[in-house]
Amino acid sequence: MSRSAVVHHLAGEPHSRPGFMRTYLFSTDHKMIGKQFLWLGLLMMIPGGLAAMMMRWQLAWPGTRVPFTGGIPEPFMYDGHMGPEFYNSLFTMHGTIMIFFVAMPILVGAFGNFLIPLMIGARDMAFPVLNMLSFWVGLLSGLLMIAGFFVPGGHAAAGWTSYVPLSAAAHFTGVDWGQNLWCISLIFLGISSLMGSINYITTIINMRAVGMTLFRMPLVIWSLFITAILLLLALPVLTSALGMLLFDRMAGTSFFLPEGGGEPILWQHLFWFFGHPEVYVMILPGMGIASEILSTFSRKPIFGYKAMAFSMCSIAFLGFVVWGHHMFQSGMNPVLGMSFMVSTMVIAVPSAIKTFNWLGTLYRGSIHFTTPMLGALAFVSMFVVGGLSGIFMASLPVDIFIHDTYFIVAHIHYVLFGGSMFGIFAGIYFWFPKMFGRMMNETLGKIHMVVTFIAFNFTFFPMHILGVGGHMRRIYDPTVYEFLADLQPINVFITISAICLGVAQILFVINFFWSLAAGRRAERNPWRSNTLEWSAPTPPPHGNFETLPNVYRGPYEYSVPGAPEDYLPQDRRLDPKPAPTG
Amino acid sequence: MMGWLPENVSTFGERIDSLFYLIYYITTAVFLLVMVVMVAFLFLYRRREGRPALYSHGNNTLEVIWTVVPAIILVILTIMSGVVWQDIRGVIPETDVQVKVIGKQFNWRIIYPGPDNEFGTKDDLEKENDLHVPINKKILVLLGSDDVIHSFFLPHLRVKQDALPGREIAIWFEATKAGTYEIACAELCGFGHYNMRGHLFVDSAEDYQDWQRENWPAAAEVADMREAR
Ligand code: HEM
Ligand SMILES: [Cu+2]
Ligand SMILES: [Cu+2]
Repeated sequence: MSRSAVVHHLAGEPHSRPGFMRTYLFSTDHKMIGKQFLWLGLLMMIPGGLAAMMMRWQLAWPGTRVPFTGGIPEPFMYDGHMGPEFYNSLFTMHGTIMIFFVAMPILVGAFGNFLIPLMIGARDMAFPVLNMLSFWVGLLSGLLMIAGFFVPGGHAAAGWTSYVPLSAAAHFTGVDWGQNLWCISLIFLGISSLMGSINYITTIINMRAVGMTLFRMPLVIWSLFITAILLLLALPVLTSALGMLLFDRMAGTSFFLPEGGGEPILWQHLFWFFGHPEVYVMILPGMGIASEILSTFSRKPIFGYKAMAFSMCSIAFLGFVVWGHHMFQSGMNPVLGMSFMVSTMVIAVPSAIKTFNWLGTLYRGSIHFTTPMLGALAFVSMFVVGGLSGIFMASLPVDIFIHDTYFIVAHIHYVLFGGSMFGIFAGIYFWFPKMFGRMMNETLGKIHMVVTFIAFNFTFFPMHILGVGGHMRRIYDPTVYEFLADLQPINVFITISAICLGVAQILFVINFFWSLAAGRRAERNPWRSNTLEWSAPTPPPHGNFETLPNVYRGPYEYSVPGAPEDYLPQDRRLDPKPAPTG
Repeated sequence: MMGWLPENVSTFGERIDSLFYLIYYITTAVFLLVMVVMVAFLFLYRRREGRPALYSHGNNTLEVIWTVVPAIILVILTIMSGVVWQDIRGVIPETDVQVKVIGKQFNWRIIYPGPDNEFGTKDDLEKENDLHVPINKKILVLLGSDDVIHSFFLPHLRVKQDALPGREIAIWFEATKAGTYEIACAELCGFGHYNMRGHLFVDSAEDYQDWQRENWPAAAEVADMREAR
């Protein structure tokens, strides 16, 4: 097929309207695949969130009956009472699901798929079929993970990090097929992500519209580009480690079992070599989303565009040499610990640069407090807390005390809920009109953002205090220890806040479905934004654009002096003067 | 917030705590600064009819400043942390008393070398979850595990170190206040992880001798043991 024939085909001839199956299930259209990932992620938030609620109940009121769980059979729950084995499965699955099946599918799968072709001015991804496969393998992986709840012996219970030897032999935990399924599921997820990332990288390199130079790309595209590279380089390491673990469990090898000559620390090195880049996989897209939204609703160019892009590149690069900071107390050579401390402190610098540039973007803007803007502001402020708490842990001596305490749990949640989740909410509120052709309700959205922000801080800030008090993470019953007795009221407070936080999400669900069915119809460019997706019809048809756009300037030309409006889309041609470059 | 730290009773604990405080003050100051600036901007530059936003793409001087200043602060913190770490973990000083601590789902096996101060001899004494040490002496702890990874955590002494199967890890501490303190496990090790609790008894010199006399085989018995061998 010649290039023009491809374009013609993609533009969608009327006679070949695909049927239901091709449109909604086995679609190769990047927008539909993006939505499929979105549904997957939103759906998986339910088991992930419920697991959290059950854990919180147990921590506040250990040993009491957990409400609404009477239906869960033994040996998981004993007439509403939780046993320690099930508690361990719950936090393992909470972490696994939230990271691999909520944050990744939405940030990378949904936003990546939906936004990349639209924002670079392409008609679809470079490999549409591979893209479809990526979703279906991802879904299979999700189903396998859920299936683990129903096998004898219960689900994996060694934490989302599944340290060996605990995870490497069934007799240590009593978990047999649960842990195997955990490995197999994540191997499939690795394959799914690999297909996705190859696709993203190729698309961004090859299929940008005329005039869309690298430094005219929106920052969210930069972030997704870097994320895809991180996934491409880091995930195969996890996949190999999982393969080795599975062999140890099922084929009698001993890569990780010391009695057979294996090395437990090897797993930690492999896992965190993947794991640290993975945490950037979950924050970079959020940073990109926040940048788009802050610039749009400050009606101001992003402050320091190149500094933003380069700091993401350096985060990505440094992200591969800091993994040892998860292993300071693991028995690694103390001198090695020192070098990982140095690289970890260095990686905090680009995070600081980004924060200050976001503040610079707000400076003398004309700030519109829309729902997506509230989400982006929450992202920035919460990311600051998460980044700053990272410095405590990066300091080797301080980490002796706070490693494996609730301080870590607080840090993770400030970056992953405060960061990634607020990024996700902001992104959904922002792009929902383009995705589904309707506006979300602003009032409900603002209430949701404000309540979530408050409940989030009430839930997670006190966890720093627990950590300072020495409260270990991953414990089923904190009342066992005398030195934690004073902290128990804080645990109760956290649980009550967490329940409020969970319940507040119903506002989002209502808003989402109500808007889907009856929201106000969205215009092409409801936020008066500059990037290319807003030049496409709403919702964009198969093939995205009526005619492929030409790009004349950078993505953040807001409030340009002398321009007719306070925004200047990337593809608007200004005649006869040559367009100012951004 | 820092008031919640458990009382410190070890020699190096103070140095850890002062770093902890220092970072706490610095990060709190940075956090407040960022928040005050952010809230001020949100208020001052909220949308007003007829007041357009500034058209600016940034400022290179500012970029340099906010790259270099955090970098300097972080370099200082890194050096300060490195020095303390080197003293705690980098070198093990001459120690006075040695003991083996072995994690085993879900107990701490505490092995004392006995009067001959050598492990693997007949006069070794093994206790479950009870670790007796003399005050103001440097204690060498040889950590190991019989099954999975555990983590030996003494919150009041600011000690935490993973205990691994198949290798022995040496750490040390010196307690400065007599009393009974809890030992916790900080690394997930199975369903009983939450309850893997022990006690550290920091005894005065006399109490420690009394305890030794009651529990350790007397030197005479040891001699018998030798002969019997
Ligand atoms: C300023 C940047 C950051 C620094 C200096 C930093 C530092 C650290 C350190 C030293 C640890 C290990 C602590 C320990 O286990 O003792 C850690 C854990 C963790 N960090 Fe960060 N971090 C930063 C940003 C992030 C971001 C952006 C994310 C994710 C979006 C993230 C996610 C995590 C997670 C998930 C863990 C815990 C993993 C676990 O043990 O289960 N961090 N961080
Ligand atoms: Cu990390
Ligand atoms: Cu444990």
